[in-house]
Amino acid sequence: MPSLLEAYAGICGGDVIDQLHQLVKLLRGVRVVHVNSTRHGGGVAEILAKLVPLKRELGIDVSWEVIEGDKEFFACTKNFHNALQGNRVSVPPPLIGAYERINRLNAERLRPVLEQADIVFIHDPQPAPLLGFTPARKGKWIWRCHIDASRPDRAVWKYLRGFLAEYDASVFSLASFAQPMPHPEYLIAPSIDPLSDKNIDLEPAEVAAAVEGLGIDMERPIMLQVSRFDSFKDPVGVIQAYRLTKPFVPALQLVLAGGEAADDPESRVVIDEVYVAAANDPDIHILLLPADAHRTINALQRAADLVLQKSLREGFGLTVTEAMWKGKPVIGGDTGGIRIQVVNHQTGFLVNTPAGAALRARYLLFHRDLLQNMGVKARDFVRENFLLTRHLREYLTLMLSLLSGGKDRIELD
Amino acid sequence: MKARVSSRQPFIVKDCALVPLATGLKAQNLREICQCIRTVAAASIEHHFWSIKLQPRFEDPEFNNDFAAWVRHALHDKALAERLGMIDPTAYGDVEQLRQELLDLVEEHLENVERIPWSDSDQQFYFVTSQIVIFNTHKVIHQPRALVSAVPSMTSSSIFYHFIDARRRTEDRSDDFRAWLYGFNDRHSALCERLSSVDPFFSTLPELRQQLTDLFRDYFGRPA
Repeated sequence: MPSLLEAYAGICGGDVIDQLHQLVKLLRGVRVVHVNSTRHGGGVAEILAKLVPLKRELGIDVSWEVIEGDKEFFACTKNFHNALQGNRVSVPPPLIGAYERINRLNAERLRPVLEQADIVFIHDPQPAPLLGFTPARKGKWIWRCHIDASRPDRAVWKYLRGFLAEYDASVFSLASFAQPMPHPEYLIAPSIDPLSDKNIDLEPAEVAAAVEGLGIDMERPIMLQVSRFDSFKDPVGVIQAYRLTKPFVPALQLVLAGGEAADDPESRVVIDEVYVAAANDPDIHILLLPADAHRTINALQRAADLVLQKSLREGFGLTVTEAMWKGKPVIGGDTGGIRIQVVNHQTGFLVNTPAGAALRARYLLFHRDLLQNMGVKARDFVRENFLLTRHLREYLTLMLSLLSGGKDRIELD
Repeated sequence: MKARVSSRQPFIVKDCALVPLATGLKAQNLREICQCIRTVAAASIEHHFWSIKLQPRFEDPEFNNDFAAWVRHALHDKALAERLGMIDPTAYGDVEQLRQELLDLVEEHLENVERIPWSDSDQQFYFVTSQIVIFNTHKVIHQPRALVSAVPSMTSSSIFYHFIDARRRTEDRSDDFRAWLYGFNDRHSALCERLSSVDPFFSTLPELRQQLTDLFRDYFGRPA
């Protein structure tokens, strides 16, 4: 069985891995710790589950610590998460108390690891106060924000900023997500893992079995949107785009695939709206998939002729990256991080209305050669820019930069 | 004046990695961008002209700097975008002169427009800067002929360092290949002439590597 690095070299090219080795040589002996709030589930755990073994295989002394919390703590941090994304929330004082208490307890438990580390990455707001509870720290502490914090709730941000301002640096995914801080703010875009279940190559037989098992006809064109049932993802607009396209492509099927999210009242409302808009059309497939249905999502993206991400607001949009990695041009909403990935006529189309999406869908379905060419460009673009290896290279560069004094140009031998 | 490197010195292949940083400055209209250009750190101006080649973006050969692309795509001002797109950063002695040229073009345009062009709120110009880490690959080239086999195996970022980044750190604003070849007493002046005609701003880095590979192969012949 090939090592992780060999497997990535097979996908990204040996020179990409050589470059990682070069950077790691300069970080010999450096102790790195990542801290987040869960080992399983969610994007951060997914990224760390890959980044940490990859760093280890490269020879970095790295550990991944997870803070332990109770119900009140996680209720508080869920509120913080929503507040950073722009929702107006009022966090009750007992929850704030739990947040600080749990962080103090975790700081005591993790003290030897945190004090000895040369570099500590704290992911998202959950463990942010750890720095304040580690006065004998010797390393550089970096706060990594994975959330679109471009329009945070001001009161919550003011509270969190009190913990964050003391950090040596922070990292945001896009310039527009960054909030003013008294330290360097690095910009590192998210990435996808080409070896994960969601993105790994699948045999055509597995794709066919998964898709046909869901009642979708592989012989007919498939239009797909994969996303949570959230009004900002505009699933009803996607149905409108499908209806505008259907008279010109009568065999067209639409697949809307997302999570069940039974505990999210907002999502239930959107799902109900989607069912009403679908009006029992047998060619509209609304799939409420479990959170771990990664291979099913992978198969759907591979089987689709067209992938839409018609968001009205979007942070980065990793589902766009995933579809492009499978060689699909994406018809995406003209917003947020979708603009960085979808380039009109090159890797897909940016649209503002259901009519715009329908127009581009018709265009691509009638120009199959162009659809294919754009898909090839889309995959190449992701290979160059949005794979885990690029993400890791930027983390290594950031570490070198911080340890070398943060100058604009750092010459190392 | 040429930045000559003695021919006894081998060509040391270096590589680089870059990480961008937010500056906190942003602009939504032409007047705001003027104010930001006036005050932003020189490194940010350089980033928006030079370092963008190493950023995650689909190469847009239409414009070679972020200012022109933003004015065209967010402000929809074609005339100013064309003028900004023609700025050649190597034509200025230092980044302050480059900053002044940018300001002159934008301010002159502002004097002649009746309404100040605005972008949508989610299409603002975010001033970014970057830190570049340069490291030795421990590969060396002793003879010019060896460029034929060495260049195709260079990473994109190594090509960036030697062919683009070199223009802001060499005395004559050229590239590291010419700086090295000049040290061979005009023996390769024809090759240097050809290298000077490669425009680095309208190609992707892999395309640039291919152009350089073709040029060296054509000049020296294929490797044995």
